[in-house]
Amino acid sequence: MSAANGIALETVGLNRNFGGLRATSDVSIKLRTGERHALIGPNGAGKTTLINLLTGVLRPTSGRVLLNGEDITNLAPDQRVRRGVARTFQINQLFAAMTPLETIGMAVSQRQGKGWQFWRPVGHRREVIDEIVEVLGRFGLTDVMGERTGSLPYGKQRLLEIALAIACKPKVLLLDEPAAGVPEGERDEILATVAALPEDVTVLLIEHDMDLVFRFAQRISVLVAGAVLTEGTVEEVANDPRVRAVYLGEAGHD
Amino acid sequence: MTRDASGDAMTRNASGDAMTRNASGNAMSGVFSKNIETLRAEAVRQHDALSRWRVAEVLFWLAMAASWFLMPSRHLLLNEVAILGLFALSLDFILGYAGIISLGHAAFFGLGAYTAGIITKFGITDPLAGLVIGTFAATLLGFATSFLVLRGSDLTRLMVTLGVSLVLYEVANRLGWLTGGADGLQGVDVGPVLGFEFDIYGGVAHAYSLIVLFVLFLAARRVTHSPFGWSLRVIRDNPLRAAAIGVPVNRRLIAAYTLGAAYAGAAGALLCQTTQFASLDVLAFHRSADVLLILTIGGVGYLYGGLIGAVVFKLMQSYLSDLTPQYWEFWIGLLLVALVLVGRERLQSWPTLVWARLRPRRVAAP
Repeated sequence: MSAANGIALETVGLNRNFGGLRATSDVSIKLRTGERHALIGPNGAGKTTLINLLTGVLRPTSGRVLLNGEDITNLAPDQRVRRGVARTFQINQLFAAMTPLETIGMAVSQRQGKGWQFWRPVGHRREVIDEIVEVLGRFGLTDVMGERTGSLPYGKQRLLEIALAIACKPKVLLLDEPAAGVPEGERDEILATVAALPEDVTVLLIEHDMDLVFRFAQRISVLVAGAVLTEGTVEEVANDPRVRAVYLGEAGHD
Repeated sequence: MTRDASGDAMTRNASGDAMTRNASGNAMSGVFSKNIETLRAEAVRQHDALSRWRVAEVLFWLAMAASWFLMPSRHLLLNEVAILGLFALSLDFILGYAGIISLGHAAFFGLGAYTAGIITKFGITDPLAGLVIGTFAATLLGFATSFLVLRGSDLTRLMVTLGVSLVLYEVANRLGWLTGGADGLQGVDVGPVLGFEFDIYGGVAHAYSLIVLFVLFLAARRVTHSPFGWSLRVIRDNPLRAAAIGVPVNRRLIAAYTLGAAYAGAAGALLCQTTQFASLDVLAFHRSADVLLILTIGGVGYLYGGLIGAVVFKLMQSYLSDLTPQYWEFWIGLLLVALVLVGRERLQSWPTLVWARLRPRRVAAP
């Protein structure tokens, strides 16, 4: 399907310096279309910087970002979203005063190219409504769709966080610690939702929780001090002594 | 070690009936008890409810219209209220919807006023034509200066907007041959509006301003309930996330700022036409400060704040200055401090919160 031999997202020699600090160092990763890929690494490994480079919040000092073979290195964040790179945030970035219905409706209108429509009321069109209901249904949010987002339980807000990214119909979805801060009782719902994401969407999971990584990912990249230490299948990475040394050992102390 | 079977089953159903998906056995049963058509109807109903006219709104506009008939001796004052209300409404686009704080909004008001006045000297005396041209001039200036407010913090924006208005003030001061300089623009000669000559009691002026205010308000109300209007709201609430769902933040801010400038220009044009005069006062700093004050009094981000604020401000000014001619601003200052102390968040739209509290039912933000 893709022009780039089934590679959905690729970085080529990505570098990013902050003054004298090299936060991202010659990172070249490939995400195959439909792949579940996890990005792990200890605190300060440069995971956040890498996400910012992928989403366009930061520009690389050197290197390129390719989406289905097309160079998107110089596109702004909103342009990348419209090309098909969406993300969720580790800490919810939602619109507290809006309802889930309005939030998803907003994203769907944008994606359908209705963002400049200034004369018709929101949600006036059948195709918008249908898609809102479909997305809310998928994430089990239909029964709370009319409530203020800010007053929803944290687990529901976390689901909305993912639903909002999916409403952008991404080709590549960056999930930044989807289960972060979710109480134990609501965790399973989040994990089931992550597992049930559409198969054709390529997912990059940035995660601390090894349980979730091993359960969900097909391949894992390990980031240490801004550079890719190793990349491989779950088994390869789990058995790599270097990874155990820098990461798994450390995680064991949590 | 990959996705579990139930996940795959759920995915395969994705394009089918959304309601059956839950059969794959996670803890969400019950959520999908309603059928999909019911949900669609509910979604449509909730969307429609957002833009539905509320009783309070209708009452507000009936009161505005009634004021013309019931207080004929107050036409001049009420004309000013309508114009100030429109001016504050224009700031609400910028502050309440786009979240750009401005201390130089008088630039657009003043430009609209001077333009509407000056063109009468070149033979364009029809008020509606003057209104359109004044608005257009302010729109151009708004668009041109919108790029200056895109970047930077609130403080930078305050300084940039203030700077633009100061520049314009001194330009008007300097171009005495065109603007009349410090003496003001004399001899503004406005023709009849749709056949009605402006009278000295201000009856026609008041009606004219009220109707323009109402028409522009209707347009503003439509815009704020459109996908475009909602995109401004999400930019104000969380620009980071707005960009992350594909909203072109900068372009929307440019559009909102330009729209606010256009409305301010219309308000300025109305003032010049109905008073047949424009002076440097229309560009002065206190105009920018007053309009910010008015919007704060009325509440930000729901369109009525500017109108309510204008009524409160003008009536307080009128009645308090009868009591204490020198010190009426003391009371405005006191009101402002009280409002801010009551709670920053409630400043957003305290009248809607009060309204919501008075009514037992849940009231969505208008």
